[in-house]
Amino acid sequence: MDQDRRTFLGQTGKLLILTASAAVAWEHVLAGRPEEAPNYKVSDHWWGMAIDIEKCIGCGTCVRACKTENNVPLEAFTFRTWIERYVVDPADLDHPRVESPNGGYDGFHEREVRDPSLKMFFVPKLCNHCAHSPCVQVCPVGATFESQDGVVLVDKKYCLGCRYCVQACPYGCRFIDPRTHTVDKCSLCYHRITKGLTTACCETCPTGARVLANLKDPKDPIHAFLREHKVQVLKPQMATGSKMYYNGLDGSVR
Amino acid sequence: MPGVEGFIYPNELELQWSVLIVLYPFITGLVAGAFILASLERVFNVQAVKPTYRLALLTALAFLLVAPLPLQLHLGHPERSLEMYLTPHTQSAMAMFGFVYLWYLMVVLVLEIWLDYRRDIVLKWRASTGLSKLLYGAMALWSDNISESALRLDDRIGRALTVIGIPSAFLLHGYVGFIFGSIKANPWWSTPLMPIVFLFSAIVSGIACILLLYFATCWFRRVPVNMPCVDTIAKYLYYAFLVDFSLEMLDLIHRLYESDESFRALDFMVKTRLFTSQIVVQILLGTLVPLVLLGLAQLYTFRERARRVLYVLAGSLTLMGIFAMRWNVVIGGQLFSKSFLGYTTYKMEFATREGLLPAIVLMILPFVILWVLIRLLPPWGHDEGRRGGTRAQV
Repeated sequence: MDQDRRTFLGQTGKLLILTASAAVAWEHVLAGRPEEAPNYKVSDHWWGMAIDIEKCIGCGTCVRACKTENNVPLEAFTFRTWIERYVVDPADLDHPRVESPNGGYDGFHEREVRDPSLKMFFVPKLCNHCAHSPCVQVCPVGATFESQDGVVLVDKKYCLGCRYCVQACPYGCRFIDPRTHTVDKCSLCYHRITKGLTTACCETCPTGARVLANLKDPKDPIHAFLREHKVQVLKPQMATGSKMYYNGLDGSVR
Repeated sequence: MPGVEGFIYPNELELQWSVLIVLYPFITGLVAGAFILASLERVFNVQAVKPTYRLALLTALAFLLVAPLPLQLHLGHPERSLEMYLTPHTQSAMAMFGFVYLWYLMVVLVLEIWLDYRRDIVLKWRASTGLSKLLYGAMALWSDNISESALRLDDRIGRALTVIGIPSAFLLHGYVGFIFGSIKANPWWSTPLMPIVFLFSAIVSGIACILLLYFATCWFRRVPVNMPCVDTIAKYLYYAFLVDFSLEMLDLIHRLYESDESFRALDFMVKTRLFTSQIVVQILLGTLVPLVLLGLAQLYTFRERARRVLYVLAGSLTLMGIFAMRWNVVIGGQLFSKSFLGYTTYKMEFATREGLLPAIVLMILPFVILWVLIRLLPPWGHDEGRRGGTRAQV
């Protein structure tokens, strides 16, 4: 080979620079992708949640656990999950008495309803991780997106803070983080579930009223849950493809 | 919770869109309306409104330059707004704003104004010295060809641009309506009528704004008001307003008659929190009174002075009514909970980023820009310019 030292060094240098740049670029391509978590395959998952209203006691543990786990501000208008208490006259579903003091963070002190003709129950709420999310649809830059495993996530480094997604969510699940001026919402504890753990709210629920579900796993108990119960999603008329399946959801719940 | 009545979702405590977002459709509406009035003369050859042609174009430009500012001020991260151009999410109605805006600003408005004024700019370039010579030279793009054939070409392109401009103006404001109308989560906004209601209210507000500005400029310049011109503008204002009012009433009657699940919440809201701004300011003072005034002017022949007073009054009330309409859409749409079980209150701040003070400044700014534009490119003496009259010797 008639290659002098200068050419050899030049070519090797170029090759090294190109390889290094490609490696850096590839790292960026991979950054933030769940495949980085060992043994987690995105294509094997489709996340949702089973929520059993009859089991919820309104203790607020899930709200506290969520705020702690996800470093959610303690303000009274920043909740990734919250609990509502409904007191309903069975003959008048249109006018339920609903409250959610501090999102149920401190629980509900007066748990008894004296009037026996009324029914009372708790409804835990969180992002519905819709398959056809209106919030994802409206984001002008794609900062909020549906992951391949069915979780609606927010790229906080990309969010403009225009709040269009907050307007578009029919369930009131989004808020602006006063510290970052970007939108925030339930991430279904994506940092946990991609490591084989359950969400903070499911983990701490003392009655098992919330159970994380992988709808793609044929052995997941969600399938029996959906088969054996009369299950409903919130605001089905919105056709958002919600994956929060409620058992015992009363017609008065909004 | 103070200001809250009934039950709202916890995250709804904070109102998301402030008075600045009220300004955004109001300002873009004025742009679209002013342009459509200008195009009446250019495309449909309504000679009577000719004295306002250039004024309308400059007003549209002044307001269009300010239109993105309230959005920028509102964003949590304005420094990232360029991402809307670089990596737009094509399914998002909002993502298209940048493109519609740029199209309208650069392709339609700036180009049309430039073509219309090119002869004046070149003449000023030739006549001026020093810094203004440099400025007008740059504005003419250092091309001083104002021969008959060049001006004829300008005119042809200008006319074609106006023809493109009308659907573009429709697009600009119809699209703003779509931003609201396409939000299915919000029944106050979610109606296919929203873009068309926005469009007609835009035409109404633009015409009213130019009518008032024309009166104001005549007064400042101490020249007599061209009555056939204002009579014609008032006539168009009346007709556009009738269509706008009919559409809004159609929406209202449809809601009343359907009375769907959200109706009770919205009905309560209109009767309480929005009563003053919706029923009193928007519908009574801002729509019915000007409609009656303008209708009277069509039916009876008043004396000139009376007509002038009547037009100024009707125009001012119209602008107030359209502003109230924007307020009721944007703010009203956030006062009720998506649970339909409760209501919140909008507390406007004063000297904060999204407060009343920046809103006032943003409403004054277009007039300052317009003043500069008028100084640079006087819209008067128009009749001696393009199409007919004495041409400059070239």
